Amino acid sequence: MKITKEEVMHVANLAHLDMDESSIDTFTFQLGKILEYVDTLNRVDTEGVLPTYHAIALTNAFREDIQKDHFDKEQVLGNAPEKEDGSFIVPKVIQ
Amino acid sequence: MKLHELTIQKAHELLKQKEISSQELTQAVLNRIEAVDAKVGAYISVAGEMAVDQSKLADKAISAGNISSLTGIPIAIKDVICTKGLRTTCASKMLENFIPPYDATVIKKLQKAGAVIIGKVNMDEFAMGSSTENSGFQLTHNPWDLDRIPGGSSGGSAAAVAADMCLGALGSDTGGSIRQPASHCGVVGLKPTYGRVSRFGLVAFASSLDQIGPLTKNVNDCALLMNTISGYDSKDSTSMPREVPDYTLSFKENLTGVTIGIPREFNTSKGFDPSVLSSVKNAVKVIESLGAKCIEISLPHTQYVVAVYYVIAPSEASSNLARYDGVRYGFRDKTKKSLIEMYRGTRSAGFGSEVQRRIILGTYALSAGYYDAYYKKASQVRTLIIEDFKKAFEKCDILLSPVAPTPAFKIGEMSEDPLTMYLSDIFTLSANLAGIPSLSVPCGFSAEGLPIGLQIMGNYFQEETILRTAYHYENATDFHKIKPTL
Repeated sequence: MKITKEEVMHVANLAHLDMDESSIDTFTFQLGKILEYVDTLNRVDTEGVLPTYHAIALTNAFREDIQKDHFDKEQVLGNAPEKEDGSFIVPKVIQ
Repeated sequence: MKLHELTIQKAHELLKQKEISSQELTQAVLNRIEAVDAKVGAYISVAGEMAVDQSKLADKAISAGNISSLTGIPIAIKDVICTKGLRTTCASKMLENFIPPYDATVIKKLQKAGAVIIGKVNMDEFAMGSSTENSGFQLTHNPWDLDRIPGGSSGGSAAAVAADMCLGALGSDTGGSIRQPASHCGVVGLKPTYGRVSRFGLVAFASSLDQIGPLTKNVNDCALLMNTISGYDSKDSTSMPREVPDYTLSFKENLTGVTIGIPREFNTSKGFDPSVLSSVKNAVKVIESLGAKCIEISLPHTQYVVAVYYVIAPSEASSNLARYDGVRYGFRDKTKKSLIEMYRGTRSAGFGSEVQRRIILGTYALSAGYYDAYYKKASQVRTLIIEDFKKAFEKCDILLSPVAPTPAFKIGEMSEDPLTMYLSDIFTLSANLAGIPSLSVPCGFSAEGLPIGLQIMGNYFQEETILRTAYHYENATDFHKIKPTL
């Protein structure tokens, strides 16, 4: 197979995803098939070809460094799953 | 004719002549949704009250003599586009209760034109899919055959237009997500040139490929929506500072002198439904008979398009979707005691399986040791795909091809096999990789009576040539006049 169970678990870990045993097996099988297919790209000679990261030639879009309208604290916190005293609440980081 | 069946253009004429009011029109569309959406499942949220309020404002504006081509017209919005105060879910449990504090630029433009936002429509979760089966909430059924998928990811938009549950809709297209559902539901759908329409307020999937565009009952309506939503936006640094023409003016010219390219590679692809091939061939003949010249061209890297796309799009997605961590908005797994466990619990329970599959694929393609082999390699082949198009457009003005190899498949038929589903995107992906505009227009029906779309691709910012070709083709055919019975 193109990708092992251990690699899928490693990548899931990097992406902060938990997986049970059966999902790991399914994903390993499906991703293996997809990656085998992607390997057809190795038939293409890309020596000296510049990669394209944007479809349209773009330069940096600059603007004047002036303050614009922005959300107030209530709006920013409006969708927070947990909040208190104008802050986002997260579980304890330091034990 | 019933009000909900009107095209944007016809409704506009009636509004202007004060033969109907926007409130009547909006109520007719809301009644239609009430009557048929239990069967179709296009809407995630119907904005009934808000829509009626907007229609009253539109009527006031019309009485005062202020009418644009969209004033008072009910439009459906794919639920990936942010609407201030109106729930925007991306059809994901992750954003089930997300209420945006701001409007996307396209929404602001629609509102400024006086359009009525009728509601938010279903899609594949985070726009990842070709059938709308990946929605975290509900299935959408194809109005032509309720056992079949409407296409995806803008399946709700296409089904709502086809079933007359709106007069037009906005969708988004990252690899065919406007054109393929338009094709499967028998409506017109346009993916504009990358940078033509602002992406500000469009929830990001793959930022170098995503583009918002219209789905409509005919080509003229498509041009009208494009007139309103296009243009530079300082809030989207990838939008192009370029003037917006009146796209309907392009219809004035006929097709004499237009050269059509038929990509040789698209004719040799496997897995075609014969009705798709014959419909597209007939469409080419019709367009030739209207004065266009037809030549064969070559896009030699076509066979690599699916592989390139399914490296680049998941890579960008894995990065874009890192923001869903249960801290600032969206779902949070509140059972977990530590921060990292909370992140992991949130993401595992909040994302559906296709989204997780693509995040893992993208994370893998970008990870140490694999970046050069996958992401960089795919981005190099992307360059070659773009060069193919540049060479083709030296010889022709537009390219014609199928949109999808088959008509709409049955619900559940493909969901166990992601690669087969990915391969069905072969004709639509290249326009996103290259950034060129591309449209689907109805061109026939399969033996089972399912709609088939013709794809018309054009050079960068040549939407006018595409719309002009589609307009004259549509005028010469009757496919767009045939409606599904519900």
